[in-house]
Amino acid sequence: MELYVLLLFWGMPIVLGFVFGQIAEKRHYRSIHAREKALLHLPTTSGKLPIMGGAPVRCELVTGSVVVSVDHFKRAAAALRAFVGGQVKSYESLLDRAKREAVLRLKESCSGAHEIVNLRLETVPLSKSTQGGIGAVEVLAFGTAIYVA
Amino acid sequence: MLMSNIEIIPGKTITASHGIASGSTVRAKHVGRDIMAGLKNMVGGELRGYTELLEESRAEAIARMQAQAQQMGANAIVNVRFSTSSVAVGAAEIYVYGTAVTVD
Repeated sequence: MELYVLLLFWGMPIVLGFVFGQIAEKRHYRSIHAREKALLHLPTTSGKLPIMGGAPVRCELVTGSVVVSVDHFKRAAAALRAFVGGQVKSYESLLDRAKREAVLRLKESCSGAHEIVNLRLETVPLSKSTQGGIGAVEVLAFGTAIYVA
Repeated sequence: MLMSNIEIIPGKTITASHGIASGSTVRAKHVGRDIMAGLKNMVGGELRGYTELLEESRAEAIARMQAQAQQMGANAIVNVRFSTSSVAVGAAEIYVYGTAVTVD
Protein backbone atom coordinates (compact mmCIF):
# COMPACT_ATOMS: atom_id res chain seq x y z
CA MET A 1 0.00 0.00 0.00
CA GLU A 2 2.71 2.40 1.00
CA LEU A 3 4.51 1.51 -2.15
CA TYR A 4 1.53 2.57 -4.25
CA VAL A 5 1.25 5.86 -2.43
CA LEU A 6 4.92 6.45 -3.01
CA LEU A 7 4.64 5.50 -6.66
CA LEU A 8 1.67 7.83 -7.12
CA PHE A 9 3.48 10.64 -5.34
CA TRP A 10 6.54 10.44 -7.58
CA GLY A 11 4.84 9.10 -10.68
CA MET A 12 2.00 11.59 -11.06
CA PRO A 13 4.14 14.72 -11.62
CA ILE A 14 6.17 12.83 -14.20
CA VAL A 15 3.10 11.63 -16.08
CA LEU A 16 1.44 15.06 -15.86
CA GLY A 17 4.66 16.68 -17.00
CA PHE A 18 4.89 14.32 -19.94
CA VAL A 19 1.31 14.83 -21.14
CA PHE A 20 0.93 18.58 -20.62
CA GLY A 21 4.55 19.33 -21.36
CA GLN A 22 4.31 17.67 -24.77
CA ILE A 23 1.09 19.50 -25.62
CA ALA A 24 2.54 22.84 -24.53
CA GLU A 25 5.74 22.23 -26.48
CA LYS A 26 3.89 21.41 -29.72
CA ARG A 27 1.70 24.47 -29.36
CA HIS A 28 4.69 26.68 -28.62
CA TYR A 29 6.63 25.46 -31.66
CA ARG A 30 3.62 26.14 -33.90
CA SER A 31 3.43 29.71 -32.61
CA ILE A 32 7.21 30.18 -32.96
CA HIS A 33 7.20 29.02 -36.60
CA ALA A 34 4.29 31.29 -37.49
CA ARG A 35 5.80 34.37 -35.83
CA GLU A 36 9.27 33.77 -37.25
CA LYS A 37 7.77 33.70 -40.72
CA ALA A 38 5.89 36.93 -40.06
CA LEU A 39 9.08 38.70 -38.91
CA LEU A 40 11.32 37.62 -41.77
CA HIS A 41 11.33 41.18 -43.11
CA LEU A 42 13.47 42.30 -40.15
CA PRO A 43 17.09 41.22 -40.74
CA THR A 44 19.20 40.55 -37.70
CA THR A 45 22.93 40.18 -37.32
CA SER A 46 25.28 39.43 -34.46
CA GLY A 47 27.91 41.63 -36.07
CA LYS A 48 28.36 45.27 -35.21
CA LEU A 49 28.17 46.71 -38.70
CA PRO A 50 24.83 47.24 -40.44
CA ILE A 51 24.31 44.79 -43.29
CA MET A 52 21.43 46.50 -45.03
CA GLY A 53 22.91 49.90 -45.87
CA GLY A 54 20.88 53.09 -45.85
CA ALA A 55 21.43 56.17 -43.72
CA PRO A 56 20.45 55.52 -40.12
CA VAL A 57 18.53 58.29 -38.37
CA ARG A 58 17.75 56.73 -35.03
CA CYS A 59 18.80 53.78 -32.93
CA GLU A 60 17.35 52.11 -29.92
CA LEU A 61 18.45 49.51 -27.41
CA VAL A 62 15.95 46.65 -27.53
CA THR A 63 15.55 43.63 -25.30
CA GLY A 64 13.43 40.53 -25.09
CA SER A 65 13.43 38.00 -22.30
CA VAL A 66 11.75 34.85 -21.15
CA VAL A 67 12.02 32.64 -18.07
CA VAL A 68 11.38 28.95 -18.58
CA SER A 69 11.37 26.00 -16.26
CA VAL A 70 11.73 22.30 -16.77
CA ASP A 71 8.78 19.95 -16.24
CA HIS A 72 9.08 16.87 -14.07
CA PHE A 73 9.17 14.44 -16.96
CA LYS A 74 12.07 16.22 -18.59
CA ARG A 75 13.87 16.41 -15.29
CA ALA A 76 13.45 12.67 -14.77
CA ALA A 77 14.56 11.93 -18.35
CA ALA A 78 17.66 14.08 -17.85
CA ALA A 79 18.44 12.35 -14.55
CA LEU A 80 18.28 8.97 -16.29
CA ARG A 81 20.39 10.26 -19.13
CA ALA A 82 23.04 11.36 -16.65
CA PHE A 83 23.81 7.72 -15.90
CA VAL A 84 25.10 7.02 -19.38
CA GLY A 85 25.96 10.49 -20.58
CA GLY A 86 25.30 11.87 -24.04
CA GLN A 87 22.99 14.53 -25.32
CA VAL A 88 19.94 15.46 -23.30
CA LYS A 89 17.33 16.06 -25.98
CA SER A 90 14.59 17.13 -23.59
CA TYR A 91 16.63 20.09 -22.34
CA GLU A 92 17.83 20.99 -25.82
CA SER A 93 14.32 21.57 -27.08
CA LEU A 94 13.42 23.61 -23.99
CA LEU A 95 16.37 25.97 -24.37
CA ASP A 96 15.87 26.19 -28.12
CA ARG A 97 12.28 27.32 -27.53
CA ALA A 98 13.37 29.83 -24.91
CA LYS A 99 16.03 31.41 -27.12
CA ARG A 100 13.79 31.68 -30.14
CA GLU A 101 10.99 33.12 -28.01
CA ALA A 102 13.34 35.75 -26.55
CA VAL A 103 14.51 36.80 -30.03
CA LEU A 104 10.92 36.93 -31.24
CA ARG A 105 9.92 39.18 -28.35
CA LEU A 106 12.84 41.45 -29.10
CA LYS A 107 11.80 41.71 -32.74
CA GLU A 108 8.15 42.25 -31.87
CA SER A 109 9.11 45.18 -29.65
CA CYS A 110 10.57 47.04 -32.67
CA SER A 111 8.81 45.66 -35.73
CA GLY A 112 9.09 49.02 -37.51
CA ALA A 113 12.90 48.97 -37.47
CA HIS A 114 15.09 48.60 -40.55
CA GLU A 115 17.44 46.05 -39.03
CA ILE A 116 18.90 44.84 -35.75
CA VAL A 117 22.66 44.74 -35.18
CA ASN A 118 24.81 43.22 -32.47
CA LEU A 119 22.24 40.75 -31.25
CA ARG A 120 23.44 39.04 -28.07
CA LEU A 121 21.90 36.18 -26.16
CA GLU A 122 22.51 35.55 -22.51
CA THR A 123 21.36 32.56 -20.49
CA VAL A 124 21.21 33.00 -16.74
CA PRO A 125 20.37 30.15 -14.38
CA LEU A 126 18.11 31.45 -11.62
CA SER A 127 18.96 30.15 -8.20
CA LYS A 128 17.30 27.06 -6.86
CA SER A 129 15.71 29.16 -4.19
CA THR A 130 13.85 26.93 -1.78
CA GLN A 131 14.30 23.22 -1.29
CA GLY A 132 13.06 21.38 -4.31
CA GLY A 133 12.85 24.83 -5.80
CA ILE A 134 12.63 25.99 -9.36
CA GLY A 135 15.32 24.95 -11.77
CA ALA A 136 14.61 27.83 -14.09
CA VAL A 137 16.69 29.74 -16.61
CA GLU A 138 16.27 33.22 -17.96
CA VAL A 139 17.13 33.90 -21.58
CA LEU A 140 17.79 37.54 -22.43
CA ALA A 141 18.23 38.77 -25.99
CA PHE A 142 19.42 42.30 -26.60
CA GLY A 143 20.58 44.33 -29.55
CA THR A 144 20.46 47.70 -31.27
CA ALA A 145 17.55 48.43 -33.56
CA ILE A 146 18.36 50.81 -36.42
CA TYR A 147 15.75 52.97 -38.08
CA VAL A 148 16.33 54.64 -41.44
CA ALA A 149 14.56 57.59 -42.92
CA MET B 1 18.65 59.28 -23.79
CA LEU B 2 20.00 57.36 -26.77
CA MET B 3 21.34 53.90 -26.09
CA SER B 4 23.02 51.21 -28.16
CA ASN B 5 25.06 48.12 -27.52
CA ILE B 6 27.61 48.92 -30.23
CA GLU B 7 30.50 51.38 -30.00
CA ILE B 8 28.69 54.16 -31.83
CA ILE B 9 25.29 55.74 -32.15
CA PRO B 10 24.48 55.17 -35.82
CA GLY B 11 23.96 58.43 -37.67
CA LYS B 12 25.58 60.57 -34.93
CA THR B 13 29.12 61.50 -33.98
CA ILE B 14 30.52 61.19 -30.49
CA THR B 15 32.06 64.45 -29.28
CA ALA B 16 32.93 63.66 -25.66
CA SER B 17 33.21 60.65 -23.41
CA HIS B 18 32.35 60.80 -19.70
CA GLY B 19 33.24 57.34 -18.43
CA ILE B 20 31.22 54.44 -17.18
CA ALA B 21 27.58 54.84 -16.18
CA SER B 22 25.94 51.96 -14.40
CA GLY B 23 22.74 51.05 -12.65
CA SER B 24 21.78 48.04 -10.60
CA THR B 25 18.90 46.67 -8.65
CA VAL B 26 18.44 43.65 -6.41
CA ARG B 27 14.98 42.18 -6.40
CA ALA B 28 13.41 39.39 -4.45
CA LYS B 29 10.42 37.52 -5.77
CA HIS B 30 7.35 37.52 -3.59
CA VAL B 31 5.73 34.48 -2.10
CA GLY B 32 2.60 34.48 -4.25
CA ARG B 33 4.62 34.41 -7.41
CA ASP B 34 6.84 31.69 -6.03
CA ILE B 35 3.87 29.46 -5.26
CA MET B 36 2.37 30.04 -8.70
CA ALA B 37 5.72 29.30 -10.25
CA GLY B 38 5.91 26.08 -8.27
CA LEU B 39 2.55 24.99 -9.66
CA LYS B 40 3.52 25.98 -13.17
CA ASN B 41 6.70 24.02 -12.72
CA MET B 42 4.62 20.85 -12.76
CA VAL B 43 4.09 21.16 -16.50
CA GLY B 44 7.15 23.21 -17.38
CA GLY B 45 7.26 26.07 -19.82
CA GLU B 46 7.34 29.79 -19.27
CA LEU B 47 7.12 31.28 -15.77
CA ARG B 48 5.35 34.49 -16.72
CA GLY B 49 5.54 35.95 -13.20
CA TYR B 50 9.32 35.72 -13.22
CA THR B 51 9.62 37.10 -16.73
CA GLU B 52 7.65 40.16 -15.66
CA LEU B 53 9.63 40.54 -12.45
CA LEU B 54 12.96 40.50 -14.25
CA GLU B 55 11.68 42.86 -16.91
CA GLU B 56 10.57 45.37 -14.28
CA SER B 57 13.94 45.10 -12.57
CA ARG B 58 15.78 45.62 -15.82
CA ALA B 59 13.72 48.74 -16.58
CA GLU B 60 14.58 50.06 -13.10
CA ALA B 61 18.30 49.39 -13.57
CA ILE B 62 18.26 51.10 -16.98
CA ALA B 63 16.47 54.12 -15.47
CA ARG B 64 19.18 54.41 -12.79
CA MET B 65 21.93 54.15 -15.38
CA GLN B 66 20.28 56.88 -17.45
CA ALA B 67 19.95 59.12 -14.39
CA GLN B 68 23.63 58.69 -13.65
CA ALA B 69 24.60 59.43 -17.25
CA GLN B 70 22.47 62.56 -17.19
CA GLN B 71 24.28 63.71 -14.05
CA MET B 72 27.56 63.29 -15.89
CA GLY B 73 26.24 65.58 -18.60
CA ALA B 74 25.90 62.89 -21.25
CA ASN B 75 23.07 62.53 -23.73
CA ALA B 76 23.75 58.98 -24.92
CA ILE B 77 25.10 55.67 -23.66
CA VAL B 78 27.03 53.33 -25.92
CA ASN B 79 28.18 49.74 -25.51
CA VAL B 80 25.50 48.86 -23.00
CA ARG B 81 25.90 45.43 -21.34
CA PHE B 82 23.59 43.46 -19.09
CA SER B 83 24.50 41.08 -16.38
CA THR B 84 22.33 39.09 -14.00
CA SER B 85 23.42 37.09 -11.01
CA SER B 86 21.66 35.33 -8.19
CA VAL B 87 23.15 36.88 -5.06
CA ALA B 88 21.11 35.22 -2.34
CA VAL B 89 18.25 32.83 -1.87
CA GLY B 90 15.36 34.09 -3.95
CA ALA B 91 17.02 37.34 -4.93
CA ALA B 92 18.66 38.38 -8.17
CA GLU B 93 20.84 41.32 -9.04
CA ILE B 94 20.38 43.02 -12.39
CA TYR B 95 23.31 45.17 -13.41
CA VAL B 96 23.47 47.40 -16.50
CA TYR B 97 26.50 49.40 -17.52
CA GLY B 98 27.77 51.35 -20.49
CA THR B 99 29.88 54.31 -21.56
CA ALA B 100 28.27 57.72 -21.15
CA VAL B 101 28.99 59.97 -24.14
CA THR B 102 27.86 63.20 -25.72
CA VAL B 103 26.71 62.99 -29.33
CA ASP B 104 25.47 65.48 -31.86
